[in-house]
Amino acid sequence: MSTDAVKTSLPVLTAKDFASDQEIRWCPRCGDYSILAQMKKVLPTLGIPRENFVFVSGIGCSSRFPYYMNTYGFHGIHGRAPAIASGVKVSRPELQVWVITGDGDALSIGGNHLMHMLRRNMGLKVVLFNNRIYGLTKGQYSPTSPVGKITYSTPVGSIDNPLSPLCYAIGSEATFVARSVDVDIKHLTFVLERAAHHEGTAFVEVYQDCNIFNHEAFLYASDKTIKADHILYLEHGKPLVFGKDVKKGIRLNGMHPEIVEVGKGINEDDLLFHDEKASEPSLAFLLSRMRHPEFPEPMGIFRDVAAPIYDQRVTEQIDAEIKKKGPGDFDALYNSGDTWTVE
Amino acid sequence: MSSTEAVAAQPHPDKKLEQVESVVIRFCGDSGDGMQLVGGLFTNVSAVFGNDVSTLPDFPAEIRAPVGTLAGVSGFQLHFSSHDIFTPGDEVDTLVAMNPAALKTNLGDLRRGGTLIVNEDEFDKGNLQKAGYATNPLESDEVISKYTIHRVPMTRLNRDAVAGLGLSQKEVDRSRNIFALGLVYWLYDRDSKPTVQFLNDKFKKKPDVLEANLRALRAGSNYGFSTEAFTTHYQVPRARLAPGTYRKIAGNEATAWGLVTAAKLAGKSLFYAGYPITPASDILHQLSNMKNFGVKTFQAEDEIAAMSAVCGAAFAGNIAVTASSGPGICLKGEAMGLGFMTELPMIIIDVQRGGPSTGLPTKTEQSDLLLAMFGRNGDSPLPILAASGPGDCFTLVQEAVRIAVEFMTPVIFLTDGYIANGAEPWRIPKFSDLAPISVVHPHGAASPGQFATEENGHASNGNGEGEPEFLPYKRNEKMARPWAIPGTPGLEHRIGGLEKADVTGNVDYSPHNHHKMVMNRCNKVAGIANYIPLQEVEGPPKGKLLVLSWGGTFGAVRTAVENCIAQGKSVAHAHLRYMNPFPRNLGEIVKNYEKVLIPELNTGQLRLLIRAKYLVDAQGHNKIQGKPFLVHELVRKIDETLEG
Repeated sequence: MSTDAVKTSLPVLTAKDFASDQEIRWCPRCGDYSILAQMKKVLPTLGIPRENFVFVSGIGCSSRFPYYMNTYGFHGIHGRAPAIASGVKVSRPELQVWVITGDGDALSIGGNHLMHMLRRNMGLKVVLFNNRIYGLTKGQYSPTSPVGKITYSTPVGSIDNPLSPLCYAIGSEATFVARSVDVDIKHLTFVLERAAHHEGTAFVEVYQDCNIFNHEAFLYASDKTIKADHILYLEHGKPLVFGKDVKKGIRLNGMHPEIVEVGKGINEDDLLFHDEKASEPSLAFLLSRMRHPEFPEPMGIFRDVAAPIYDQRVTEQIDAEIKKKGPGDFDALYNSGDTWTVE
Repeated sequence: MSSTEAVAAQPHPDKKLEQVESVVIRFCGDSGDGMQLVGGLFTNVSAVFGNDVSTLPDFPAEIRAPVGTLAGVSGFQLHFSSHDIFTPGDEVDTLVAMNPAALKTNLGDLRRGGTLIVNEDEFDKGNLQKAGYATNPLESDEVISKYTIHRVPMTRLNRDAVAGLGLSQKEVDRSRNIFALGLVYWLYDRDSKPTVQFLNDKFKKKPDVLEANLRALRAGSNYGFSTEAFTTHYQVPRARLAPGTYRKIAGNEATAWGLVTAAKLAGKSLFYAGYPITPASDILHQLSNMKNFGVKTFQAEDEIAAMSAVCGAAFAGNIAVTASSGPGICLKGEAMGLGFMTELPMIIIDVQRGGPSTGLPTKTEQSDLLLAMFGRNGDSPLPILAASGPGDCFTLVQEAVRIAVEFMTPVIFLTDGYIANGAEPWRIPKFSDLAPISVVHPHGAASPGQFATEENGHASNGNGEGEPEFLPYKRNEKMARPWAIPGTPGLEHRIGGLEKADVTGNVDYSPHNHHKMVMNRCNKVAGIANYIPLQEVEGPPKGKLLVLSWGGTFGAVRTAVENCIAQGKSVAHAHLRYMNPFPRNLGEIVKNYEKVLIPELNTGQLRLLIRAKYLVDAQGHNKIQGKPFLVHELVRKIDETLEG
């Protein structure tokens, strides 16, 4: 194994060091460009040698991502990136492995793998580019497209009930769940950094604009002139407030969130406070269910809790068995059980 | 005699001890009756004694079908002999039937004049009815005239023997199988020491149950010794096997051990991903229990994930392996194509079972050969190896690993339910005698920003000038590309399922590049023929008939051909283990005989390949019953073909 190749003195890397020599073939003004740029900014800050990064993807526009990174990369098959990445990570826990996927890739054809990767809590970083459409196949509705969506495969409107990636992730026992927007550069950088530092599986949904087949699907969350009323930045230990003047807040009414005006007899202490470290995911789930236009959609870290990490546990079990039984002895293995000798 | 002592083979003044060369015995009963256990124990004492052995476990797909029904019958057949044997035997000499359903499903295989031992306590009205018997078959003239019947009240005798230990009736009756075992131990003069040792280990923490089983074993044996009904018992002398130390090994066990061994011989870590499926799960179980050998096992969420994880682990530099059976291999197809396209070394094991679809999960068949050959989109040939028997799994899976890493390709390793579960004596090798497997990873740069040049160096401008760079699709003399693994500085590169440019590995859809890359990949696999042994032939090098077989049918076909050769017939046998590419002399061999007969447990899959490739009019003998070939049916077919 090449663990000895991991250097002890780290080189100083820049975003440029992570750019591959391949021409980028996303459509001009695609949201993917911004995510790629922020990723290149974040990686040099992590103190990890470039050769120890692996990017794994499935199929779709977003899944071309590894080709544009000068790291080790594996462009896989549709939906299977979590499984391919699991093979890399379990066998080589010292590598930092990123999974790049989309709403169709992760939630439709790869839904099963996504669930199991999340519940196992491997040290994988997952970025799901959600554009609510199939882009590479030229515009069919996806598992996150809203009901009524007109696409080539739904000429009179989609009747599929959409899925929220974050609800799915939380339901699958994900230990780190976050959301950001492609063009919200600072916030996206912050979220990616936090994901990179999380020890278990980190799941990040990024609202990404497909300017060809689903342009401005997330305008409410990305347009600086209106977004303050439609999104809510989560901060650990702080009340849930939003709006242009930060006068609106979220209060719990029984089991239900409601929007309230802060000031008219309601002060901040009456609001729901965000606790990303809560061991029970119920409130994080409740936040993930808040949808536009009824509610502001939360951005930031929904959940960040520590739990046993699969790939580390695999190594620990091996070490414990070696301690208990001694390192494997092949001749002893072959001669175990009943044997007999023919002269 | 204290209960911890082994059953001693005491001479009885009135009983004869006859020598016989070989015996086929079958235990059958409900799937909850412990027939597989007693079959295994009998195999063990026979192997340890020095007989050659060959076994055929036969169990239902349902774990616990309703008690007493035909669907729930489980059987274990054992052939033990004083000479070399290759099969579990055509006809049964002694049948032990624990209930009417077991009798009904198995009696047809008992030879005329064979010994039938039944637990007569179970032949009550209800059980007879469940088995579909209108009257008690033990009283039918036909059965009485055809076989030597021993009606043993096993349930009652066993209850008497085990009485007073404070066990429930259910627990008491659970040792009935051991009573039956004790009886046949006496009948075949077996030394029960290894079984006593086994019981001591198994029930260490349950002294009552241990005592019950030891008593049952002794009571069964004593019954044979003292009952007048049994006038003769038999001895099968030791077989004359090649000198060495032996153990019994089953195919799945041998496959698992071979994999761990191969990884060690290659100086690499073994990563195994699988999803439970009959009859391949035992490989997962075996490897999961070998963590102290550094084995990492990953029970994936499905077959697709297991195959995909194997692609990831191969990229990361492991000996990456998955195993399944037909339905699972179908699911793995797309990711196998990815492994082929990315030219990474990995092993895909198909323990074949009866198909199509869910088919016959617990029965054997050879019907996945064409799936292995062609079961992927695009032109995507994979090397295929097929083991010829349980012990061969150990050797041949190492060869599969060697081919995978030398040629940078997934390799399919075919076994089947028959050799996976069947056991035979295995001459134990010394680890130090096994051939090492060479793995070369390109070196990384000595310092960041530099590139490796000694393994792969080439300039980007094609003139040997300019910046050196790493070329992940530059091929060596075997047409293999370099295996550069994550963690190696300077060799960062991207692979994937999209077509890659020759040499550089960049995405490339251009027409001539695609043609060239398809041919490169196909030629690489075809070229493996130059690095595998020539096909050997048993029998005359030219003649009337060549019998060509492959995989798990080796034993039956070899025995049949040997019998025919002994009768002076012009027959030869070639048994294939390399299924793709074929050994490079195979075309010549098949043309050296007037006729070619290909017996297969399918509709003629190898025959299709042989006819297509060599344009010979090969004939088939095809059996699709979920059961292995019998020697006599092959002999008959050989005779017919010679005469026809």
